[in-house]
Amino acid sequence: MGNLLDEKRNEEYGKYVEKVTKKNNLLIACIKAFFVGGAICAGAEIVIEIFEGNGVDRETASAYTTLILIFLANVLTGLNIYQKITVFAGAGSLVPITGFANSVVSAAIEYKKEGQVFGIGCKIFTIAGPVILYGIFFSWLLGLGYWLLNVMEVM
Amino acid sequence: MEQMIGKQSLKFTNAPYIIETACIAGKKEGEGPLGKLFDKVCEDGMFGKNTWEEAESELQKETIALALSKASYTPSDMRYIFAGDLLGQLIASSFGVKDYNIPFFGVYGACSTMAETMALASMTVAAGYANKVMAVASSHFASAEKQFRFPLAYGNQRPLSSTWTVTGCGAVIIGNETSAVKITGITTGKIVDYGVKDSMNMGACMAPAAADLIYQNFMDFGVDASYYDKIVTGDLGSLGQEILITLMKEKGFDISKVHMDCGIEIFDSKTQNTASGGSGCGCAAVTLCAYLLRKMKKEWKRILFVPTGALLSPTSFNEGKSIPGVAHGIILERNE
Repeated sequence: MGNLLDEKRNEEYGKYVEKVTKKNNLLIACIKAFFVGGAICAGAEIVIEIFEGNGVDRETASAYTTLILIFLANVLTGLNIYQKITVFAGAGSLVPITGFANSVVSAAIEYKKEGQVFGIGCKIFTIAGPVILYGIFFSWLLGLGYWLLNVMEVM
Repeated sequence: MEQMIGKQSLKFTNAPYIIETACIAGKKEGEGPLGKLFDKVCEDGMFGKNTWEEAESELQKETIALALSKASYTPSDMRYIFAGDLLGQLIASSFGVKDYNIPFFGVYGACSTMAETMALASMTVAAGYANKVMAVASSHFASAEKQFRFPLAYGNQRPLSSTWTVTGCGAVIIGNETSAVKITGITTGKIVDYGVKDSMNMGACMAPAAADLIYQNFMDFGVDASYYDKIVTGDLGSLGQEILITLMKEKGFDISKVHMDCGIEIFDSKTQNTASGGSGCGCAAVTLCAYLLRKMKKEWKRILFVPTGALLSPTSFNEGKSIPGVAHGIILERNE
């Protein structure tokens, strides 16, 4: 049924579409992401320093700061502000842990109507799920590698 | 007289009329260039309900009620209702229409739904199977986002080729009583697949279907672009418009002077951040009721209304399928 002709036509059409489709300016997007993402991280660093200045050790200070960032991102999502920051900053606010928090809490808000079990329970990690799964999986892989190197007395 | 014309079209011997219309749109649409023309703009995106799905059903319900009251009809005057939306299993329509007790045909044509319901409705009336029927299509930004993309509160960026789903519903009462505008013919579209897989570029997915439909309409009726005062597509957006005009040039027709797209008209993409334009069943539906039919009363004599739909589901998309398009054409003429 003229499949070869169709494939050729589709290929040419795909190239044409690629050519006429306008793209966001990558440089501007990178600059916005750099400054917003950088500001989030710099802010976090200041909080850590404040904790440390008050006699908390580095590790505990980092943990507290992470909690504060997640809390703030959740509150800002509820107030309909965090998503606006991401529209502007893109990866700058998607990549930090605040973006992760936004992905979890936004799903929780959206699916709450479908119930505690089948709504929030099943769907809260719709977006964050892959990060959690593959994050844990690759940590396990790295752990395995580390263990093997230890067994073989390389390290 | 033979009513079947060419390969895909009908030319009605007894052309049905558009007796009355109603349209209700959301807040953002109300702030757009067509804002003042809608029958009603609802500031509350939830339409007083608890969920987005209920909100869209309420939107349909209110639009149907408005159309009936504008025409001074009761639900029992409607022999059939043809309704559709974008949600899975057409729940916006089922729950929007159920309380009216009107015999119901649920129609899915993605964003081409308004033309599909109108085509079926006009065939029903023209064939003498009903005196009065209603054609309805709706979409809601939030329920569509939830169905096809992400939770509403999730922050993400949209590419410039993307479109913004219109919150709106249009209802058209079609019957055999004389009125200002009649449906003289229809062209039913085939599914056209040019292999595009980018769901953020619906214009490119649907433009080939629109081109195929418009070309076939020209062939079936033996006409060209000059036959129409306007050829109005549903939601190709600015990128899709450019592609459509190019594809039609390749087929030997220049439609650049008469082409118009509801998705481009409904929003001001510069100030409203809607990228390529509006989309969704509601886009073509409310633009038809609020703007196109109004223009037809004075300015335009004959238009070809061609809403286009992208036939994807989140499942087909995740399974790597391409996004085929479909378009349906309705010929509207001023009754003189």
